[in-house]
Amino acid sequence: MSEGEMAALKEEVEEKKKVIATLRNQPWRMKKRLVVLKEAQEFVEKFEGALGKGKGRKLYAYKVMMTKILMGLPYGSIPRKTVPREEQETAMDYSVLFDFGGYCKYSFLFYGYYNNEPTIGVLKFRLPLSYLLVGVGIFGYSLMVVIRTMARNANEGGDGGEEGDFTFSWKMFTSWDYLIGNPETADNKYASITTSFKESIVDEQENQKDENIHLRRFLRVLANFLIVSCLGGSGYLIYFVVKRSQEFANMKKDNLSWFEKNEVEFVMSLLGLVCPPLFETIAELEDYHPRIALKWQLGRIFALFLGNLYTFLFALFDEVTAKLESEKVIKNSTEWVLNQYYSNYSSFYNTTDVPPPAVHPSDVIRGPCWETGVGIEFVKLIVSDIQVTYLTILIGDFVRAVIVRFLNYCWCWDLEAGFPSYGEFDISGNVLGLIFNQGMIWMGAFYAPGLVGLNVLRLLSSMYYQCWAVMCCNVPHERVFKASRSNNFYMGLLLLVLFLSLLPVVYTIMTLSPSFDCGPFSGQEKMYDVIMETIEKDLPAFIGNLFSYATNPGLILPAVLLMVLALYYLNAVSKAYQQANTDLKKKMQMARDEEKNRRNNKDSTNQVMKDLEDLLPNKSLIPPPTEEEPPPPDVVIEKGSKSPKMKPGAAAKGVNLQKDVSLAAPNPRAPVTRAPGPRKGPPGNARGPQPGPGRGRGRGGPPRH
Amino acid sequence: MGNKQTIFTAQQLFDRYRDLAPQLVPLDYTNHPDVKLPYELIGSMPELKDNPFRQRIAEVFSEDGEGNMTLDDFLDMFSVLSEMAPRDLKASYAFKIYDFNNDDFICKSDLEKTLNRLTRNELTEDEVRMVCEKVIDEADLDNDGRLSLEDFQHMIVRAPDFLSTFHIRI
Repeated sequence: MSEGEMAALKEEVEEKKKVIATLRNQPWRMKKRLVVLKEAQEFVEKFEGALGKGKGRKLYAYKVMMTKILMGLPYGSIPRKTVPREEQETAMDYSVLFDFGGYCKYSFLFYGYYNNEPTIGVLKFRLPLSYLLVGVGIFGYSLMVVIRTMARNANEGGDGGEEGDFTFSWKMFTSWDYLIGNPETADNKYASITTSFKESIVDEQENQKDENIHLRRFLRVLANFLIVSCLGGSGYLIYFVVKRSQEFANMKKDNLSWFEKNEVEFVMSLLGLVCPPLFETIAELEDYHPRIALKWQLGRIFALFLGNLYTFLFALFDEVTAKLESEKVIKNSTEWVLNQYYSNYSSFYNTTDVPPPAVHPSDVIRGPCWETGVGIEFVKLIVSDIQVTYLTILIGDFVRAVIVRFLNYCWCWDLEAGFPSYGEFDISGNVLGLIFNQGMIWMGAFYAPGLVGLNVLRLLSSMYYQCWAVMCCNVPHERVFKASRSNNFYMGLLLLVLFLSLLPVVYTIMTLSPSFDCGPFSGQEKMYDVIMETIEKDLPAFIGNLFSYATNPGLILPAVLLMVLALYYLNAVSKAYQQANTDLKKKMQMARDEEKNRRNNKDSTNQVMKDLEDLLPNKSLIPPPTEEEPPPPDVVIEKGSKSPKMKPGAAAKGVNLQKDVSLAAPNPRAPVTRAPGPRKGPPGNARGPQPGPGRGRGRGGPPRH
Repeated sequence: MGNKQTIFTAQQLFDRYRDLAPQLVPLDYTNHPDVKLPYELIGSMPELKDNPFRQRIAEVFSEDGEGNMTLDDFLDMFSVLSEMAPRDLKASYAFKIYDFNNDDFICKSDLEKTLNRLTRNELTEDEVRMVCEKVIDEADLDNDGRLSLEDFQHMIVRAPDFLSTFHIRI
């Protein structure tokens, strides 16, 4: 196979891996997702990893779709792919498997399985290089997808709701569809109209609330203080538990109870269960619009999970350094043993051509593979997350609903109306669950490639499960609001999580040295050395020179400066556009008001003339058109409306007249001495006759309240 | 299009009218018989039976204002509600439909009735009051606390959904 074809093939595999990783983010139908997933996974499995016959076959249970023979060496052929002898007897035990030890640990699910030969198989597939590139490429691709989605959402009217001019009027007069001829459709339509009105009512109420600002501020400060202290408490708790788990790690495994072994995960899940409802209860002090309250809630839970996650990461890091230390020890001992073997052999057989020791793969001394350890931790975390989620739904929604429904007959107070009643669908919890799940996948995928497949399975099953739970056990929210308008906010959270999960992975790639006997990078100083090697050996010389120029600090600093300047410029341009937008909107508003006032004047003048004609016996008294000064209008200011409504007779200057109006004298009700002529241009100094009795007809409007 | 289509539609409409009460409606209309179908028959037509405003529609288009429709009224109704009627005509008839007390103004009580029909009384009194006030705020241009035909037309002409929802196909 030629270079070009190899590179193309490699790119395709990377592509497929990225597709699998970000399948969740694609706005596709389920069927399409499944088809794409199947394709991509088949492709990836074909060219990466290995699963032979025999003992390894039991691991099929963990794979989704696997049909073809795979490229790499089968199980059992080289040491890293085999279970060490001492672990073999327990390798298939359920409890060991549950902890992701045993056969699981030495499978393609985890990093340690992959061989470090530069190319494998017939196609000379560059496993290490592709592993690294795919791992990093996943982040780049995800970043692009998230930002593109955000940009698209921003274009479609964005965040925070639009203002219509006639929202309520249109809702009232154009929402019923006269084509409906089916009672079920009619029912649905009634429900949707009611919901739509309730949403707008909630939005309107927020605008109209009059409040005691000081009390509200105090309550908000109090609530924030309480919540911050909760967060601090939970952070300290996790730190404490993690420290304890480090002590436990030093003790022998069999002496620990299940609880002690899984303490960290247990505590983290517990916090994740208890704190969000606690935050919600405290947040009721703040009295925000539901959409804004949701955002605050999300932010707080986000902070909580962030703290948890980073503590978890620090604990992991400690574990990693410990493993690196022990690895050094094992390395030394292995070298010593090998030297012994060589010297014995050559002295025994008197040759210098010493064949490598014939040791069964499972008996070889094995280093602790810290990457696989990390991968295992992530997988355990995700699995416990899955378990907690499913259990919560089962108990928190289903069992609760069953209890409320059936115990209601024999309970003293009304279970359905009071506590506990049926659950509402928890938007913030579920959104954050998804976002954090994705973050953990991003972090863990580099060390446990099988995690991606596992997660896809989990997402599929969880979707159907939650769908059923919502339909069966939940009731709609009391205060209805459009949650889908804050899409960009959720995307922003996702972006933040992406960056945060990028950091640990990149840090470990750059600073930590890979284990010497497991994984695709074994034997090298740093993981990215693979790229250096490829550039030196396989690509033409000038590209190597190019890269060395490109990584020169003298070049990078000016590039960074340039980017900062570009950022600043684009920011300024975008602000200018926003300003232009608001100016245009104001212009449109003014044009509308002018139209309104013109209409008012026409109406009022017609009305007034008609009244006068009725009053006056002789219609011919109507004089030729004269200059007329409109009576100073009373400006009625509406609460929260955009412009004051002008009383009839206001000048056509529209909004600009506000100032003049307030300074003008109040309307004297003088008797009519002269019929007003048709309006002509801006008011002069002559004060025209005040329309008297005619004004009374409905236009002296009721006082607004 | 044109004549053939119109005649075909008129015949269709006549057939539908007759199907409501074959014993009352003669086949031969050349003598302009004075036949009125009672509201109950009109209101039970499949196109109208689920509409919350069917009674008002019938009342507006009927000669006697009670909902008992002659053939002319019937034809009138479906022609105004069809796709081909001009927007202003539809707007003026819509105004009449929503004006429950027939005083040529849509006042607050009319709005309340409309809203309660639309939501089947699911909203609380406060919410109903708030919505009606907002509607008057938005649409009342001459500030008399109720919507005149001009106010209504000014507002409805700008609505994106009006033509598509105020439409019955038979």
